[in-house]
Amino acid sequence: MRPSPARTPFIVRLGASFDARGWRLSGLFAAFALIAVPVMHLALPADHPLHLSTWFITLVGKILCYAIVAVAMDLIWGYGGILSLGHGLFFALGGYGFGMYLMRQIGRDGSYQSDLPDFMVFLDWKELPWFWVGSDSFLWAVLLVLVVPALIAFVFGYFAFRSRIKGVYFSIITQALTYAAMLLFFRNETGFGGNNGFTDFKRILGHPITAPETRVVLFALSALALIGTLLLARYLVRSKFGRVLTAIRDAESRVMFIGYNPLWYKLFVWTLSAMLCAVAGALYVPQVGIINPSEMSVGNSIEIAIWVAVGGRGTLIGPVIGAFLVNLAKSWFTVSFPEYWLFFLGTLFIVATLYLPQGVVGLWLRLRARRRGKGAAAGEPPAAVAKGVGA
Amino acid sequence: MHKLRLLLAICLLGISCAQAAIDPELLKPLADDDSDRRIAAILALVEAAPEEAQPVLKAMAEDSLALAGERVVILGEGGRVFDAASKRELTPPPAGVETIGINNRVRRELASALAALRLFSAERAVRWQAAQEVNQNADAKMLPLLERALAAEQDAAIRARLQLARAQASLGSSDADVRLDAVRTLGESSDPRVRQLLLPLTQKQGDDWLEPDSAVRAAAGTSIRSIEQRLAWADNLGRAFTGLSLGSILLLAALGLAITYGVMGVINMAHGELLMVGAYSAWAMQSVFRAHLPGALDWYLLAAIPVGFLSAALVGVLMERIVIRHLYGRPLETLLATWGISLFLMQVARTLFGAQNVEVANPGWMAGGVELLPNLLLPWNRIIIVAFSIAVLVAMWAILNLSRLGMFVRAVTQNRPMAGCVGVPTGRIDTLAFGLGAGIAGLGGVALSQIANVGPDMGQGYIVDSFMVVVLGGVGQLAGAVWAALGLGVFTKFLEGWTGAVVAKIVVLVLIIVFIQKRPQGLFALKGRFVES
Amino acid sequence: MNAADLPPTNGDNPDWDSGTAELGHILKPGQLDLSHKVILYLDDITVSFDGFRALNKLSLTIDAGELRCIIGPNGAGKTTMMDVITGKTRPDEGTVFFGQTIDLTRLSEPEIAHMGIGRKFQKPTIFENHTVFENLELAMKTDKRVWRSLFATLDSAAGDRIAETLQLIRLTTDADRLAGLLSHGQKQWLEIGMLLMQEPKLLLLDEPVAGMTDEETERTGELFLSLAGRHSLVVVEHDMAFVKQLGGKVTVLHEGSVLAEGSLEEVQADQRVIEVYLGR
Repeated sequence: MRPSPARTPFIVRLGASFDARGWRLSGLFAAFALIAVPVMHLALPADHPLHLSTWFITLVGKILCYAIVAVAMDLIWGYGGILSLGHGLFFALGGYGFGMYLMRQIGRDGSYQSDLPDFMVFLDWKELPWFWVGSDSFLWAVLLVLVVPALIAFVFGYFAFRSRIKGVYFSIITQALTYAAMLLFFRNETGFGGNNGFTDFKRILGHPITAPETRVVLFALSALALIGTLLLARYLVRSKFGRVLTAIRDAESRVMFIGYNPLWYKLFVWTLSAMLCAVAGALYVPQVGIINPSEMSVGNSIEIAIWVAVGGRGTLIGPVIGAFLVNLAKSWFTVSFPEYWLFFLGTLFIVATLYLPQGVVGLWLRLRARRRGKGAAAGEPPAAVAKGVGA
Repeated sequence: MHKLRLLLAICLLGISCAQAAIDPELLKPLADDDSDRRIAAILALVEAAPEEAQPVLKAMAEDSLALAGERVVILGEGGRVFDAASKRELTPPPAGVETIGINNRVRRELASALAALRLFSAERAVRWQAAQEVNQNADAKMLPLLERALAAEQDAAIRARLQLARAQASLGSSDADVRLDAVRTLGESSDPRVRQLLLPLTQKQGDDWLEPDSAVRAAAGTSIRSIEQRLAWADNLGRAFTGLSLGSILLLAALGLAITYGVMGVINMAHGELLMVGAYSAWAMQSVFRAHLPGALDWYLLAAIPVGFLSAALVGVLMERIVIRHLYGRPLETLLATWGISLFLMQVARTLFGAQNVEVANPGWMAGGVELLPNLLLPWNRIIIVAFSIAVLVAMWAILNLSRLGMFVRAVTQNRPMAGCVGVPTGRIDTLAFGLGAGIAGLGGVALSQIANVGPDMGQGYIVDSFMVVVLGGVGQLAGAVWAALGLGVFTKFLEGWTGAVVAKIVVLVLIIVFIQKRPQGLFALKGRFVES
Repeated sequence: MNAADLPPTNGDNPDWDSGTAELGHILKPGQLDLSHKVILYLDDITVSFDGFRALNKLSLTIDAGELRCIIGPNGAGKTTMMDVITGKTRPDEGTVFFGQTIDLTRLSEPEIAHMGIGRKFQKPTIFENHTVFENLELAMKTDKRVWRSLFATLDSAAGDRIAETLQLIRLTTDADRLAGLLSHGQKQWLEIGMLLMQEPKLLLLDEPVAGMTDEETERTGELFLSLAGRHSLVVVEHDMAFVKQLGGKVTVLHEGSVLAEGSLEEVQADQRVIEVYLGR
């Protein structure tokens, strides 16, 4: 970082995180999501060759949410060197938080025509449990989504980082945490619908949730959230905070001996990452129409890591690319060759770790560097050099 | 099948009891339309002729007692008909035979009457079994029968049982002294059902005590307390044993990890799938024996042990050679790659053996159990698994501490370059050690196949648990893994008694997380590759 | 290299020059109290690892502005002593005071660093994936809390300071290179540079010239000598020529406690020291 004039307003500095090309790409993407998609979905007749189907919008909208999760994961793993196997939990908690609101929006249209959500009627509950209080308010739901996962992440992270649990131990413990939460949510008594979770949503803010217009708006919101996440992440990694974070990843003891307390740095990025996941989860649920405890399964959380690994850790566009590649492959496989999907995913895990330490972005950068000759190699290497990244 | 057995019973009885015949008048009410009268007839029959009544009642229970005109007959195999009173075959079979149908109430009475009848069997084992059954549902109607059985019984253990049953039966007596006596005798039982039986004596219905006599009430209270003490003792013992057996399963699952993760520092997320390989080996050996050696089917498990070990070890060696070897010193990448392997192996199992669980049967010699107390049965399969896990533990300890391979493994993990310098083939040692860990997982899988479902997803259920065991026990030590596994097992089972299985599991996981926060040094007692610079 | 190349210290004179040292004085909490001209007290420190005593009732004092060399055979406890001072290891027994008032055994590593103790590791530890410039920027004395670093910008004064230090450690032309690409000697210098950016009052240097050429070693010696007086330095070193060049008081550690103390000549003449180094 070269010296820059002090006292630049924060918003300008935030905006300056993207260079011209970054803004051009974001603008193009925003135009696609905010203008092209609605027109192609709503205005064009279904048999028009450029018509976008509901299936497409739901799929891409879903992957946009996954991409936010991937960027969040990259912040903590790629830049912070902390592999979390608990991000599925925060994603699901965000989904559940917003799902509570959606359940209440069903009103008396459920199959039991009760004010209570159907599963509570089924359990013979007479009134809402205390933690459902306020869930009929949209703002309260947004607050839940932002605060609850962040609080859980903060408390858990505080104790884990304070005890200097790192590396694989941290991964295993986050995995245990997610697993415990999944068992908890599978119980009917927990009050979140047990096995079945939440589904059969009808409305959001009074609008029918399956209406094409609602879908288009949710899609646009997801796209904007992704751009916002990328902008924020880009600002963070280019700030001094980001440099301290990567320094902690590479040589934590040195960081401590020059006077930074890694606890708060890790805790900040960990909590922020959890919050981003929760937001993604909240956007995901109305688009997909269901949330259940299997979102917290051990496998789901590990899959997030592979999106990041495939795309390229320590770069910000990598996780987005990875999320798209893996999930598009998944939806193709599960339709065409369902029995081969796990073979493919398993192989992907192995190949990505063995042969693609920087993911496809790293591969591309390496190829480009080779094409341009050796002179370019010393220019700007990818932020994460193979050494030390995962250790 | 039933008919055949009946026929056999009839023939046997026919020989032994041919001399005695039942008074046909006693039999007739059995066909009565009124259930109460039929039940009375059953009891009367039992009392009058305990030995001769058995085949008749048995036939009745199996719906092969019939009425031919006025005569009660037993329908035999192939349309043959026997006279119920004399047991003689009627030739030619009479026409117009009408089966005596029975309802559930009568069926229950029949069952207890039949059980009671077996109290007079010549074989001690049968009488013992019968005495136990009578204990479970003795009532006043059986009193005379029990008295007779007691009078004839010589065996002390059976007598004790019968006395208990008699006491149970006499609770319904109208004489308060008899009841008091009975309540005191029952206080010596350790059967939860007896407690259930005594409980009403201390309770009120409306404003009236169910038991009018205060002395009996007080005695009932004392008896209940002493039974409860004995029950709690047996309960805890039972929990400790199931905890031990859960612990030994965790131990088997975790022992392999103790080598691959604890000693070598390799995070193997596919460990659960190595268990699966072992379990499927057991299934495969069962199929092979069933097809080629049906006579020795009971011993397939012995063959499964080496096969399970070798096949899991082979998979482990392949894993190490192809993938893990390139990722030493990069634990997070190892974690992801082995997760990929686990997905791969799961799908292989699904493709080869189908997505459904396969059925692995316990061999005959593992059936049943040892009854320590009336409410405490230790099943053989669990006992054998506890013993098996101890054997595996000892073998593993011996390999690591006494063999040359073990010495090399320890050398390599303590100081790789130095071990290489003094001529230890470090690469090969890594492969062998990983293979050993995998093989032990395979053994765990063979054991698991005896008590758990065997299917493609079975490994997933153990991976979190086994990592918890190793992490809790501290890395790099067998003793730590042993204590952690047993402690977790017993603790979980005791907790389950309080909270139920799912909550217990959640609580245990949360406690482990908290424990690790509190005592990370237990965690960070690292050796080998993890030593921080 | 001469003193003119040195980065300016934070403006004020060292506390012990203020003339108030002997008088009653008021301290803000956390401020270093050098009223007895001693910057570091180690008293009766014992550290055991699994029964092995790495430090055995070690007592040592370092004066303000002093340049102290610590020598001793392998396993004498030199690195453990530094671990204790910087908070990495907690002593089983004994006290460590920084100045008169600050009990180091109660503080964490970052807090101790904040108090003004800088440490250079035996193996150069720098941020290999950061540029040389960024390494210095991260080390610079400033508010190191999360919130500040989220919004931190580099003002021109800070830029100047980094530029000066770059010049001092002769890495100006390498400022934008990744630190991981530097030579071993350059990495040592970068780490020393990072230490200087921290503006510590006490510098702990663990084998600072290992892997340096003779010329680099000599220049490092000159640098240390110019720092002494304004900073206190504790140098652990095996290179006797270097220790001789530094010329200060020498402490010999053996089996976790002080064996001898004095000038290099005195120490070298000490019979026990000879025994320890030459073997019994």
